[in-house]
Amino acid sequence: MKKVFLNTFLILASLQLCSQDLLDILEREAPEMENIVSATFKGTRIVNGHSIENRKNKELEFIISHRFGRVNTGFEELFGLDQANIRFALEYGLTDDLTVGLGRSSFEKTYDGYLKYSLLKQKTGVNAFPFAVSLFGSIAAKSQKAIPGEERTFAESLFYVGQVLIAKKVNSSLSVQLTPTYVHRNLVAIDADPHDIFALGFGTRVKVSKRVSLNAEYYQQFDKLESINARNSLAFGVDIESGGHVFQIILSNAITMVEKSFITETTGNFFGGDIHLGFNLSRTF
Amino acid sequence: MSLFLVSFASAQERFLTKKGMISFFSETPIENIEAQNNQVLSIVDATSGKMAISILMKSFMFEKALMQEHFNENYVDSDKYPKATFKGAIIDFDTITTSERSLAIIGNLTIHGETKEITINALTKKTGEVIEMAGDFFINLADFNVKIPSIVKNNISEKIKVSFRFQHKPYKK
Repeated sequence: MKKVFLNTFLILASLQLCSQDLLDILEREAPEMENIVSATFKGTRIVNGHSIENRKNKELEFIISHRFGRVNTGFEELFGLDQANIRFALEYGLTDDLTVGLGRSSFEKTYDGYLKYSLLKQKTGVNAFPFAVSLFGSIAAKSQKAIPGEERTFAESLFYVGQVLIAKKVNSSLSVQLTPTYVHRNLVAIDADPHDIFALGFGTRVKVSKRVSLNAEYYQQFDKLESINARNSLAFGVDIESGGHVFQIILSNAITMVEKSFITETTGNFFGGDIHLGFNLSRTF
Repeated sequence: MSLFLVSFASAQERFLTKKGMISFFSETPIENIEAQNNQVLSIVDATSGKMAISILMKSFMFEKALMQEHFNENYVDSDKYPKATFKGAIIDFDTITTSERSLAIIGNLTIHGETKEITINALTKKTGEVIEMAGDFFINLADFNVKIPSIVKNNISEKIKVSFRFQHKPYKK
């Protein structure tokens, strides 16, 4: 026993000298690794719009999103809480890089389906690449019955959206995303309304703690729907992560949650108090 | 004996692996969480009995990708602390033989920027040119300042079982 103790003492005494060298050798011998930057955003949405995050392979997520009425409707409407647009959605990871989603919004009884594909990943180390690129495409179908005289065909009820999501995790707390967007509607209300609208989205998140982040998102349209006096959508959110769920609380001048709609059909003036309180709740299976 | 070895070791006989295995296991009645890393670097200095281990945290593979993301993002801060390390000494390393026997390793384990002295027992043998070491031990997450939020307290064990297996081969510079 004494010998063990003595040996231990002597070895520990000279540990700093020699073991440090050994760690240095390991440092030198460590193969250069390709390091894919993960968790650029906590959720698959920055606020209303998609982030580059995908559902992972074979993960099924059920999402319930709400947007209440405008806060400035006052006490009688309980600051918008009497009114709500709700969207249910199922989103599934076909692979780690390809997500499919199906949703249904109560507003205009709209069905939507999308595909999101992670094309390029931000990487450090070997094969370093400075940002991530994902492609997003969706089709939305309005199913609300038309008022008499304004009947439309199924094709005329369709909307298409294409987006390129370009994101960078600047550091562990700051991420930014640029989102060039194209929205096409088969039917417009008046001739002055464009069928095609291009927009550029700006999104960011700032982590305030390990599990809480603040998000902001703005979509600048380069052409607008004249018939409804459309405005650019602006939204702020708080992401709270708890275990496998992300809970998002949202303030937005849009009441809708599908791209064709909140990007091009928003009429609220955020700074005039046309703010919709909302939340996104998700459960992953 | 070891004083002699430490002080006068000139012929440095070192054994290295870059494909060491370390896995950990968290067991609770609700769920078990397991992750494995097959790219662990470990080195043994056969003249002094000292060893060092370097573990890249992002190389731990989980069954669920989301768990892996949470592990790196929320629990061990892999961006801030990319590696866990161990440096220590194998007690009575000179008694190593071709038949397996349990030897104690004493040293400092650093995870998540926190260092703690631990003693690990490893089944050790040297066959031909290979030094094999395998074993398991428990760590307390609290010792390494890894916090479990209350909402998942029942899903993650405070005591984590760590298993390892290394096959060191002669290292030439």
